[in-house]
Amino acid sequence: MSDPHDHDHDHSHLGEMDLRVRALQTLLERKGYVDPAAVDRLIETYEVNVGPHNGARVVARAWADPAYADWLARDATAAIASMGYSGRQGEHMVAVFNTPTVHHMVVCTLCSCYPWPVLGLPPVWYKSAPYRSRAVIEPRAVLGEFGVTLPAPTQIRVWDSTAEVRYLVVPMRPAGTEGWSEDRLAALVTRDSMIGTGLARRPEEVCA
Amino acid sequence: MNGVHDMGGLQGYGPVQIERDEPLFHADWERRALGLTLAMGASGQWNIDASRAARESLPPATYLSASYYEIWIRGLERLLRERGLVSAEELRRGEALDAPRPLARVLRASEVDAALARGSPADRPCTGPARFAVGDRVRARNLHPRGHTRLPRYVRGHVGTITRLHGCHVYPDRHAATAPGVPFDDRPEWLYAVTFDGAELWGPQAEPGTSVSVDAWEPYLETAA
Repeated sequence: MSDPHDHDHDHSHLGEMDLRVRALQTLLERKGYVDPAAVDRLIETYEVNVGPHNGARVVARAWADPAYADWLARDATAAIASMGYSGRQGEHMVAVFNTPTVHHMVVCTLCSCYPWPVLGLPPVWYKSAPYRSRAVIEPRAVLGEFGVTLPAPTQIRVWDSTAEVRYLVVPMRPAGTEGWSEDRLAALVTRDSMIGTGLARRPEEVCA
Repeated sequence: MNGVHDMGGLQGYGPVQIERDEPLFHADWERRALGLTLAMGASGQWNIDASRAARESLPPATYLSASYYEIWIRGLERLLRERGLVSAEELRRGEALDAPRPLARVLRASEVDAALARGSPADRPCTGPARFAVGDRVRARNLHPRGHTRLPRYVRGHVGTITRLHGCHVYPDRHAATAPGVPFDDRPEWLYAVTFDGAELWGPQAEPGTSVSVDAWEPYLETAA
């Protein structure tokens, strides 16, 4: 069986993909296999509603509320669902907590598994060969490329998402944030800090 | 299969290319690639493991040179052809030439939110006790199946420690192999997090103080002697 479009990526590859996907969409609509409005709604959901701001709220609550942090550690799926984030690519959640001695980092070496309800769609680098190949064999070097240097005694635990379990890293709460509201705390929580390729921002990095 | 998608531990791909203020999509076709892939995924004609198997079965050079959304589109086209939903000629011409095949389900716009909120849970009732417990030493079996598997090559033959029991989950090797037109084979197996010391996986090349955990189904594991 040959792939009908398997020729070289020569001229205007993006234009070629645009035509290819348009043709496919037209074909699937004419066949009655897809509802165009459903396709639009799917796109809109991930463009507008879902993103790392969701995960940031989960982390902020875990920082602010020890009982919630405990629940998140025991049953992340339920604790995260209680905030309204659940479903596709987040059906089975595990939260892993960074400490001064252990740093967690998440990868999917086999494809692009990522916790969509809390982080949205993954960035290109997460799905790319350099990250997928190297995160498991030289995580410290990869962290260095993200500007993260951890002291040598800090253990690095890499989680390769090979099943339908999705991992959320809970970064360490920055110093100087005692008494902050969850909203203020959430502004410190970056996408990369929840993948484990970054740290939470320090207060002085966000103050206007 | 031992495909190029199984990238853990490979060398030579260079530094991670981090894009500042990266947009969610880099072209309009990527948005549609996402929408079409999810919409057709809801049709019930295949499951997520069959989708992954289709992507992994692309020619290696194609897989390595394609962006991830292009991999999705090529995988989707393959699934559509293999199940007789569209023909290669229809894909080539971008026209419907044959009568459509009946689908189990066509996802409607009004159903999208509920479908996404429901997701596709992979856990199932266990049919037997777990063979391993937290703390047990296990070896990842030296398996090289021709079909779909989720046991990365870099752990095969290596000894790790069970660090979590996730319950019983659909076994992807069987799930992906379900023949078109029959109910998905979603019989579960116990699923564990298995943690491997960096030095066990990478020998003297390992960075000190590192470990890697994978989620592994019971058939992937044996008791370490």
